[in-house]
Order: sequence, then C-alpha cells, then structure tokens
Amino acid sequence: MNNSTFSRRRVLKTGAIASAGLALPTYLRADGHTGFTNAPGDNEVILGFNVPQTGPYADEGADELRAYELAVEHLNGGGDGGMLGTFSSKVLDGTGILGREVKYVTGDTQTKSDAARASARSMIEKDGAIMITGGSSSGVAVAVQALCQEAGIIFMAGLTHSNDTTGKDRRANGFRHFFNSYMSGAALAPVLAANYGTDRKAYHLTADYNWGYTTEEAVKSSTEALGWETVNAVKTPLTQTDFSSYIAPVLNSGADVLVLNHYGGNMVNSLTNAVQFGLREAQANGQNFEIIVPLYSRLMAKGAGANVKGIFGSTNWHWSLQDEGSKAFVQSFGTKYGFPPSQAAHTTYVQTLLYADAVTRANSFNPCAVVEALEDYEFDGLGNGKTLYRGADHQCFKDVLVVKGKENPENEFDLLEIVEVTPVEQVTYAPDHPQFAGGDLGTCNPGA
Amino acid sequence: MLGLEKKDFRLLLIVVALTMLAPFILNPFPEGSDMAQFNAGYPDLMQRFVIFGILAIGFNILFGLTGYLSFGHAAFLGVGSYAAVWMFKLLSMNVIPAILLSVVIAGVFALIIGYVSLRRSGIYFSILTLAFAQMSYALAYSVLTPLTGGETGLQPKPGDPRILDRALEPGETATPGLFGLFDMRDSLELTVGNWVFTFNAGYYFAAVIMIIAFYMSIRIFRSPFGMMLRAIKSNQTRMSYTGLNARPYTLAAFVISGMYAGLAGGLLVSMDPQAGAERMFWTASGEIVLMTILGGAGTLIGPVLGAGFIKYFENIVSKINKTTLEGWFYWLPDGLEDLVITVIYPFVGKGWHLTLGLLFMLVVIFLPGGLVQGGQKIAAAFTRKKPDDAKSSATEPAE
Repeated sequence: MNNSTFSRRRVLKTGAIASAGLALPTYLRADGHTGFTNAPGDNEVILGFNVPQTGPYADEGADELRAYELAVEHLNGGGDGGMLGTFSSKVLDGTGILGREVKYVTGDTQTKSDAARASARSMIEKDGAIMITGGSSSGVAVAVQALCQEAGIIFMAGLTHSNDTTGKDRRANGFRHFFNSYMSGAALAPVLAANYGTDRKAYHLTADYNWGYTTEEAVKSSTEALGWETVNAVKTPLTQTDFSSYIAPVLNSGADVLVLNHYGGNMVNSLTNAVQFGLREAQANGQNFEIIVPLYSRLMAKGAGANVKGIFGSTNWHWSLQDEGSKAFVQSFGTKYGFPPSQAAHTTYVQTLLYADAVTRANSFNPCAVVEALEDYEFDGLGNGKTLYRGADHQCFKDVLVVKGKENPENEFDLLEIVEVTPVEQVTYAPDHPQFAGGDLGTCNPGA
Repeated sequence: MLGLEKKDFRLLLIVVALTMLAPFILNPFPEGSDMAQFNAGYPDLMQRFVIFGILAIGFNILFGLTGYLSFGHAAFLGVGSYAAVWMFKLLSMNVIPAILLSVVIAGVFALIIGYVSLRRSGIYFSILTLAFAQMSYALAYSVLTPLTGGETGLQPKPGDPRILDRALEPGETATPGLFGLFDMRDSLELTVGNWVFTFNAGYYFAAVIMIIAFYMSIRIFRSPFGMMLRAIKSNQTRMSYTGLNARPYTLAAFVISGMYAGLAGGLLVSMDPQAGAERMFWTASGEIVLMTILGGAGTLIGPVLGAGFIKYFENIVSKINKTTLEGWFYWLPDGLEDLVITVIYPFVGKGWHLTLGLLFMLVVIFLPGGLVQGGQKIAAAFTRKKPDDAKSSATEPAE
C-alpha cells in the first residue's frame, strides 16, 4: 500500500475539518445524570401514545388517539377544558404540565407485543418520551408495562381488561384505570341471577388467549357462586371468523346460557353466528335460551348490529352517563370529532389527565414521585364517580356498568343502555385474590 | 486475508466499517431539526438492523444458495427467543448461555422440520415449512401457554430462580448483560454541537456477532459445500443422475440457516427480554423473504441491506403522523398545505405498509437483483464500465 498521497493540500484540508469538529461543543456522557430517564427540558414535555393503528383493534386505537389529542389540547389550555373542570383535583390549570407545553409522539402497536415494544422503545430512546400510554389488548399492555418498568418510564395502560395486567404481571411503574375480568364477573353475576334465575347451565366459548382465560374464569366463578352450573368451556382460536362449528354443539349440550368470552371482531362474528342458529328463540331446560357478552364496547355493538338487542354485558364507561364529568367529556369530544367517544377513548383521556395531575401534585416528573402521588389516590369527577387508585396493585376501583343491547336504538351510537351501576364495594377484591395471585409489584424504577 | 479473496475481504471491511460507524451514519440530522424524524441512530433500531441482518444472512444461505424457499423461518426465530428467555429465567441474565442455547434449540428444531420438509421441493417445501411455522405459532399462542406465556409473551420476572446470579437488591430489575461487564442497555452519548450520537453496548455486541456471522456466510458461499448447494439450485435432477444424494447437503443448509435464525432470536431477547408468539406468525416469515428479495437474494450483502430497509420503514415512516406533516408543510399556503398533506398522509404513519409495498414492486420490476443490483448499476454508471463487468462480480442475483 504505497498509493496513499499525503499531499500538503490534503493534510491541511483534513486538519481544517478536524479542528472545526473539535471547536464544536463536545461532551460524552453516560445515560442521564438527572436522576431519572428522559427528564424533560424547561419548555416542553413529550408523552408517547402507543396505540394499534393497524390490525384487529385499529378502530379502538383510532378512538384512543382522538382522546389523547383532546387531552393534550385541554392540558395545554385549548378547547373547552373538558373534564379539567369537573376533576376533583384542581391543580391542572391549562398551562401544560408543570409549566411545560405538552407535546406527543404516536406509534403503531399493530396489536403485537413485539411491535408495541419496538414502538415504545423508539419513543423512549429517540423521542425522549417521559410517559407511555395506550394499547388495546392485554398482551400488549403487559409487554409494554414490563418494558417501561425496565426503562424507568411510567406506563398508563389503555384498554386492557385481563386480570393479569394488575395481577400476575403487575409492575410498579404501570397503572390501569380500566376495569378487569374479575370486576365484569362480579358485576354481571347478580344482574344475571336477577334476570335469568339461579338455576342455569352455562356454556362458555372463550377466545383462546390470555384475556379469554381470565374472563372465563371470572365469569365462571362469580356465576357458580350464585348457583349456576358450567356445562362446558370451549376455546376458540383468536383468528376464527366463522363460529358455526362451535355454536352447533351448544344446543344439544344441555346448556341454557351461552357466554361469549370474545372481544372485538371475534364477538361480532360469534354473536352473529349464534343468532343465525336461532339460539335467541330456542328453549332449553324449560327456559329461554340466553346469550351473555362479558365485555361490551360500543364499537362492537355497532359491528354486531341488531343482534345485540337485549344481550347483557359490562362496560367501563358509556357516553350516555349523566354525571358532570361524562357530560363535559362527551361535549368536548363531540364538538371536536362529531360523534360520542367510546370507552377506550374515555379511559385513555382519563389516564392522561391522571398522569398530568400526579406530576403536578408531586411537583416532579420523577417516576417514583409520580408513583407515590398516584398510589392510594382518591379522585372524582372523571366519569366513573368516586375512584381509588389502589396502591397494592395499581388498579383503579370504581363502579362498573352493566349494560344491555338497546331494543330501540335512536341513532347509530345509541346502542347500549345502562341496566345497573354496580357499586364499587361489590367488585372490590383483595390484592392477593386467587385470580390475581403470583404478581409482584416490585418497587418503582426511575431509570438512569 | 482471513482465508478470503481480496474482493470479499474488502466487502467484509466495508461491513465492519458500516456497523462500527452506524451511530454516526444513521444520525445525519441535528437534534431538534425537522429532519430529525428520519434519524435512525437510536439503540433499539440499530440493534434491530444488525439482528435482522443476521436473520437474513442465514435465510440467504438456504434460499440464495439452494433455492429452497422456506416460508417458516420465523419459527426458528421464535424458538430461539423462547429458549433464551428461559435461560434468563432459570440460569442467569448473562447473554452467552442464553444465546448458545437458542442456537442449539433452533438447530434441533430445524433438523426435525427440515428432515420432514426436505422430502419435497419447490412449492410443496414452502407450504410444508409454512405449515410447521403456523403450527408452532398456534401452539405457542394457546396450548403451550405455560411454556411460552401465550398471548402475553414470556419475560423475566423479579421472582425467577436465576441460580447463577446473586439475588436482586430491592427495586433492582434484572437486565441482560455480559458477565457483569456491561448491560445490554448501557449507552454512551456523544454530543457534538446539535448532534447527539448514541453508542449502545448491546448494539456493539450484536454488531460484532453479525460481523462474525457475515464472515462465516462468506466462507460458506466460497466453500466446496457452497458450490454443491449452488449446483443443487441449478439442476437437482442432474445432480442425482450423477449419483449424488442432495438431501444431506440441503438439510445441512437448512439447519445452518435455522441456527442463524435462532441466534437472531436469542440476540433479540438479549436486547429486549420479551418473547411473543407473533414473531412466529406467517407474516414474520414473509418479512424475512421480503428482506432477502428486496436486498438481493444470493448476494452476500443484499439481505442485510434489505433487512435494514424494511426495519427502517417499520420504525421511522410508521411514526410520521399528521401533526408531523403539518410541521413540515406549515410554510405552504393553506389550501396547498392541506392538499399536500392529504396526498402524502396515506403513505406514512399507519400507511407505511403501502409505501413499502410500492417500493417492493418497483424493486422487483426494475431491479430484479434487488438493491444490490441498483448499487451495481450506479457503480457501473460512475466507473463507465460495461454492465457485463459489473455482473460478473460474483454477486449474481438469484433468479
């Protein structure tokens, strides 16, 4: 190798570039000396909204994103303020969070835990997000919650209903406002007993994944406690679109109630199949055959159309609630987007507000300070009445709505009617309840 | 040098330089500028680049050399990931045993699947591998939930035994590391003016492994074994007429390729300790095929480029939302701004699949040899050589 030419000109040129480089302010540092990961600057704070924009829950994801944008607008003092006005805590004044303007980044979870984690990691590592929120499936919520725990970021779960999120897989840096399978079962069972009697034989069709299992278990144990009998529980693949072959055996099984532990498109298809098979008109054991859908959402009711009429289920929140908080939220969401929000939109909006409020009360973005501010925090005015963020498992405890498909809907959004508001005492359980056992909250991790 | 021809050695040096300098190359735009959106130099994505590079290199040993199109390679990735997480849970958070086990398990798994699938060739082979992979996915998602965590996935927990590690301090989380020297998530940041460059320990660890994997793949390509695989690709019938049994060779290629995928799976969970069943889904297998074809099947560097290309789209373009677009085009007159945003919006954010699909079509139609062929065309235009010369440079695209 003797063809390298160290001409005077080249040496001078290289030298000039090198010294220009050195003249720039240069410093090398290991991760954060600020005490916690992604400490925000003086002017703005970045939140990460990680929702499914593609895949089976894209509808829910789109609605969550709308709610997040609305929450950011309200936190920054725009719009009509929404639930800021009805929230029992009054520290949020529309000047952002601790005087910093709220900015956000979005990502697509694709309802896959891998993609969700990749997206969350890029928010943390690239965009400097201080809090991650969102998700429309428990698998994703559990995966991202664990990631946030490792990275030292707060995770405010979106729509996740499986017991495990705040049970077996609970984490100190993660918080869930949404209700869970156990609460659905506990709220539904008495209403079912009152309407359908205590001498019933149930047949479960369960989506073959984590959320399905916990929901089946919750509904089973609460209804059995009231005297029901479970005839059979069959798992159906998540990707199934035609449930005929699963519905056909139900009629001859001796059961008189069908419980569909399905969500989203699964539920729309299985319910439609069940109605087509004439289960609604059928008689068994001398009683009318009934169908139950433990977790309801407006978007699902819309998909299933007239088939949902008269079918019982539970939901976290519904836009027709008449308390001040709900009315304010529906008002500002409707003004901005032209239709009422879904329960997914509600829970994500509330989670964003709760985070902002906790930071403000703690007067610090440090995750550990936020955790302390949220634990055992009681609040009101966010649409669910009096609510407690329990410190032992970071689960919100509030009233649960039992709903049923409306017989005569007035418009395309008016599909569910509230049958009963189950008081919080009835759905409260011990943190080490068997359905939630095996979890370890650990301690908060502020990261760097 | 290192048993390589001069040209291959030069290629290896280029790969070494690219991977080592990646934090600079991938972060060309200063922090806070509008273009910073396109920076890819953050640890997670850099790690993904090299790990999926390894996966594609391995896939190319099978597909590029023998022409056997496996449509179930994601299964080996998934099996490797689960094996590694179980090592983290039971033995130690050290990545070495985890990665070793993931390679071994994926190899055994590949041996079983390959033994059955390789009895057929062509489309039947592809469908068999696809069936096995979907089967693994379905098992991992439901029946094997105790072993795989089902939908939730498998992750290390504070309460795991980890018999070789010391007990965790209260509040400490177990993170994968290398003999306690460094954690995979450790990073150094270099700030030069407005630029921030991140040097991540995990990235460099994975990059070194990728370089070794790349070197091994060159050696396989240039070996008599590689020649035999090429012969199988060009005419397997003629091979058997000469009295040669091709199956041991294809099986060996299949197992090697599966072990590469297992290695990638083990590395993936070393960087981010969570294994989900979706990484075995058939779309994940399809993605590997796309990477290889996009970059240039049968070429050495092509699959790595293809992997980088797809991961870049998945992570960067998918994050451009309406607000970002509004930030870019705010200077346009109102009506025009809306128009431009309406035109671009379907192609970014959740529409990243669409953009990728269009690019894939363009590449397949105009550059059948993948990105590598594009590079060669550009190089040929500059050196003013006849295109024939460029073609003979041992990076012949697969048909």
